[in-house]
Amino acid sequence: MPPILRRLAAVVVLVIAATPLTTGAAAAAPADEARTSEQRIRTAGADLDTTLYLPATLPAPAVLVAHGFGGSKATVDTDARELAARGFVALAWSARGFGTSTGQIALNAPDAEVADAVALVDWLAARPEVRLDGPGDPRIGVTGGSYGGALSLMLAGYDQRVDALAPVITWNDLGQALFPNAAAAQAPPADTPAHGAFGADGVFKSGWAGVFFSAGLGPADTGQDPAGADAPGTGAALPSAPAAGTAPGGVVPPTGGQPANCGRFTAEVCAAYTEAATTGRLSAATADLLGRSSPATVTDRITAPALIVQGEADTLFGLDQADANARQIAAAGGPVKVIWYSGGHDGTAPGEPLREEIGEWFDFHLAGRGDDPGTGFGYTVVSGVRGGSNTPTTRSLLAPEYPGLPGRGQLQARSLPLDGAPQLVVRPAGGNPAAITALPGLGGALGAIGGRVTAFTAELPGQSAQFRTAPFEASTLVTGAPRVQVTVARLPGQPAPADAVLFAKVYEVAPGGLRTLLGSAVAPFRVAVPADGSPVTSTVTLPGVVAPIEAGNSLMVSVSTTDQGYAGGVEPAVWRVGTGPDAALTVPEVPGENVTASTVPSGPLIGIGVVLALALLAWVVGRVLGRRRDRAAAPADPADADVPLRIRDLAKTYRGGFSAVKGVSFDVERGMVLGLLGPNGAGKTTVLRMLMGLITPTAGSISAFGERVGPGSPVLARIGAFVEGPGFLPHLSGAENLRLYWAATGRPEAEAHLGEALEIAGLGDSVHRRVGTYSQGMRQRLAIAQAMLGLPELLVLDEPTNGLDPPQIHAMRELLRRYAQGGRTVLVSSHLLAEVEQTCTHVVVMHKGRVVADGTVDEIMAGGGAATFGVDAPDRAAAVLGALDGVLSVEVGTGPGTVHAELNGTPRSSAVRALVTAGVDVTSAGPRRRLEDAFLQLVGEDTTP
Amino acid sequence: MKNVPTDPPDLPSTVRGTVGALADDGPPRAPHRPGRTLPLRVELVRQLRRRRTQVAFGLTALLPVVLWAAFSLTDDGPPTGSLNLVDLAMGSGTNFATFALFASASFLLVVVVALFFGDTVAAEASWSSLRYLLAAPIPRARLLRQKAIVAGVLSTAVLLVLPVVSLVVGTLAYGGGDLVSPTGESLDYWTAVGRVLLGAVYVAVQLSWVAALAMLLSVSTDAPLGAVGGAVMAAIVSQILNQITALEDLRDYLPTRYSTAWADLLSFQVDWAGMTRGLFSSLTYALVFGAAAVWRFQRKDITS
Repeated sequence: MPPILRRLAAVVVLVIAATPLTTGAAAAAPADEARTSEQRIRTAGADLDTTLYLPATLPAPAVLVAHGFGGSKATVDTDARELAARGFVALAWSARGFGTSTGQIALNAPDAEVADAVALVDWLAARPEVRLDGPGDPRIGVTGGSYGGALSLMLAGYDQRVDALAPVITWNDLGQALFPNAAAAQAPPADTPAHGAFGADGVFKSGWAGVFFSAGLGPADTGQDPAGADAPGTGAALPSAPAAGTAPGGVVPPTGGQPANCGRFTAEVCAAYTEAATTGRLSAATADLLGRSSPATVTDRITAPALIVQGEADTLFGLDQADANARQIAAAGGPVKVIWYSGGHDGTAPGEPLREEIGEWFDFHLAGRGDDPGTGFGYTVVSGVRGGSNTPTTRSLLAPEYPGLPGRGQLQARSLPLDGAPQLVVRPAGGNPAAITALPGLGGALGAIGGRVTAFTAELPGQSAQFRTAPFEASTLVTGAPRVQVTVARLPGQPAPADAVLFAKVYEVAPGGLRTLLGSAVAPFRVAVPADGSPVTSTVTLPGVVAPIEAGNSLMVSVSTTDQGYAGGVEPAVWRVGTGPDAALTVPEVPGENVTASTVPSGPLIGIGVVLALALLAWVVGRVLGRRRDRAAAPADPADADVPLRIRDLAKTYRGGFSAVKGVSFDVERGMVLGLLGPNGAGKTTVLRMLMGLITPTAGSISAFGERVGPGSPVLARIGAFVEGPGFLPHLSGAENLRLYWAATGRPEAEAHLGEALEIAGLGDSVHRRVGTYSQGMRQRLAIAQAMLGLPELLVLDEPTNGLDPPQIHAMRELLRRYAQGGRTVLVSSHLLAEVEQTCTHVVVMHKGRVVADGTVDEIMAGGGAATFGVDAPDRAAAVLGALDGVLSVEVGTGPGTVHAELNGTPRSSAVRALVTAGVDVTSAGPRRRLEDAFLQLVGEDTTP
Repeated sequence: MKNVPTDPPDLPSTVRGTVGALADDGPPRAPHRPGRTLPLRVELVRQLRRRRTQVAFGLTALLPVVLWAAFSLTDDGPPTGSLNLVDLAMGSGTNFATFALFASASFLLVVVVALFFGDTVAAEASWSSLRYLLAAPIPRARLLRQKAIVAGVLSTAVLLVLPVVSLVVGTLAYGGGDLVSPTGESLDYWTAVGRVLLGAVYVAVQLSWVAALAMLLSVSTDAPLGAVGGAVMAAIVSQILNQITALEDLRDYLPTRYSTAWADLLSFQVDWAGMTRGLFSSLTYALVFGAAAVWRFQRKDITS
């Protein structure tokens, strides 16, 4: 949905909410939009602000969508709408103490938030839109992130009506999440990949606890901030500092004797936090309180299918919490699928693909739609490489099962010997400076920067003992929680409290020294150390990670004395830390297949086949059509086989309507040197181009040696042409050009007469220079030589003497005459009369696309005894000549003082005598030069507009 | 040819040379065989002797060396908590080759392919040599086919020169370690070499659409720059549109949509889906553009 529509819908919702009608008011919404209604639902101890999202088809199964800590129903709007779009009735509500719901935050206490959720299930059971399994038993699922995820588990444990659940990045044991202790004297069973130690009397996770607690201090986020509602994918609503920060400054004004530092928390929760934050220890009362808020107490009752999603970037609720949930629910008989995704409380909220998977879980388990999502184990590998936005740096893998659950396969683990003697570590008084490994509440906002900052601050000198494995021979994917045996002893005479609080972590170390903290997480542990200096040995379960280890890199276990995120104590301490009798690091591995490693998609594959088949078909059709056209277009006429060129009614009209050639017909006989004469623009070149098959005639035909000429006609091999200037590859020499040109014709080299052609070009040594360096005349001669390669039977030359100097022009004339002598034929086009007159035997005069004269040069120049006289008085001369016997068609010439007459046998001398006798002065007498005449007339017409 | 002073003195001069026995009939003429015109060898020589061909090969072969030199100049900073792509590229020879191929596939190789295909006919037209080839006569479809084959051979050669030189330079500089993909997977050296070369082959086939478009433009214009630039421009516009996520599924129809799909080869289990789609998309465009080029060239009036 576009943001504008969503905002509009939000406004509509708010308007409806403001009306006195508080229940069942369906908001008018676009057809493709979930219909929503807002209502307040009163439960014991709270008045809940809820939104119901209705799908298109009713009744439908329902899904409760719980929000995260610090959020409200508005932060799960996107999730709820997506579920409604899938066909579920979705109910989102603000938990007590959040949004505009009343009541106080009791941390998912069974008698508070869980009871609220049960009341919501009751409410849904009474709704006609919700599909029922039985009276008062709706078909219902529950999902939520973090705080909402724990509620999902708690509700499923307390209310057997829940049919499916999908808790996201949440806890199993809140006491362990906030007071973790990763050490155990006896190693916990290595059944599941991230089986945590969950030791008693842990180390206070003060950083995260503070962030968590402060989210409930300020005024509640009422969810009316449109920006908050717009942000997609915030469904899991991580409790983070920025979320808390969205509330304006200041705390809730104290009411009814509630201490101001307790915010919207219940007095019990507030007191427990205050005690923990001040002492740093878990008292029995607090343990009790946190225990009641922990799904661990009820997971043995959950038999509904559970999709357990946990984040790999999560120092608040680590993978061990999800592992415990999965283990306990599977033991109770519930089908469990586990997904570890790349985000978490230190990273991003679930993205669209993951929300899709959650939707599919409900589709199958609530609505019976779609494929069985199964009970596999999906996890994401994040490489830690900073790529560009287009470079994927994560990949998803899928294992067929989560190892170690009842009835499933065993966990693979590998034991890696650790190097390193026991080392002394010091905790400075005050526990300061402390190593920084994580930035609680900021990780998600800072992204990878957090990881980069902590790279410099995670190991402080003198504070840590380090033990290394050998470099890995092959790349390995650590999937789960590694374990290590650690011994801790006190040094006689050195200060040390009764308990050692230490922090274990694992680095990947590259040969160059580059080190990466796996999971950006630490495993804090507290062990009681004997006073006599003897070491205490315990197995430390390190943070659960998915970490690819490159071949050649090694792992380094570090045990250090401080960490910024934990209340590690302030007394100075010196410990001797070793690796215990095993001296080994055990790393679990779960082989999985890349999710994307699919088979080749059949659609595009068939498409490729179709495309290739089409290409083949086009080729075959093209060949067949070409053959047919050749056969149809070249009817060899044996009668004409001796006519080098026959042009009939040739016309060419270019696109745009310009007619360059109109109805041109002429023949060229063997042995002729035919001149094609005409002023520029007469259409000569167009005729020659058609003759070369370069352009297609609009009408008429050209045949050479009885074969029709068209583009690529084989008969063109018998024609050598030079039309409209030379065309050479400028980077090759003249000789190379001719050689390659001949090679391109595919004819035997012996036929080329290359040596003679080069002689004709007369370039001397320049023939080995690049053509690009040639002068215009040199290129011209080379081009004529190229046209003569193979001594073609018909040689076509277009303005061959352009750019040649007089001796060369003379030689050219001689050449053409000699060329035609051997029975070959030459067609020369020119706009120069003298050129044609001196070179050609025959001439065709063209003007404006038409043939205006055609014959031998002699015929046209002096045909029929016509004579021209230069006289002083043309009119009188015409009269005198007209009076002579036998003289026909006397006319006054257009030139100054000329008279033309068809003497018809009368000697020219007689005519002169008659003129002189009649008193007309004769300046010249000669044959009438019709060609020149005609030509001059034409040119004259051209020059006068 | 040199002037031959021993020529009979009665032959007319052609200024410097003399006309030989023009009137003599040479050996009997062999019939014209269209199928033998413009042999690939001849066209290959015509193209290989061109400076642009040599420069394209030279630059491509030089690129890995330039990359290596650039990497050598960067300081080894303090060890930080994360690698970037350049760190990754310096990890091993195969990583280096992958980086080089990634860096050049989206533009350099597009330009090279557009150059070889777009220039081939348009340059002949601009030199006016096209009309003499056609009047030789070389059938137009054959001319186009031979030129396309030679351009394809040259493009493929460049596309293989790049990874091969990169592998050699990278292996010498950074050793024959595993290929580590940005997603953290490792492949052993020889597998990785195979994958990188396979990736280059994919890039070559994927660029067939650029080739066909450049060919179409090449037969449509007499300006080589127009043909080459037009094809490169189309590739860039397609890449830009591909960045606009708002286009959503429409982007799947862009010819460059799957241009980086060969990255899927860098994982242990190869996902063929993107590459199959990419080949389908490219070949479809190539067929359409190629058929249009042939159709147009067959009917075109050569006026250059």
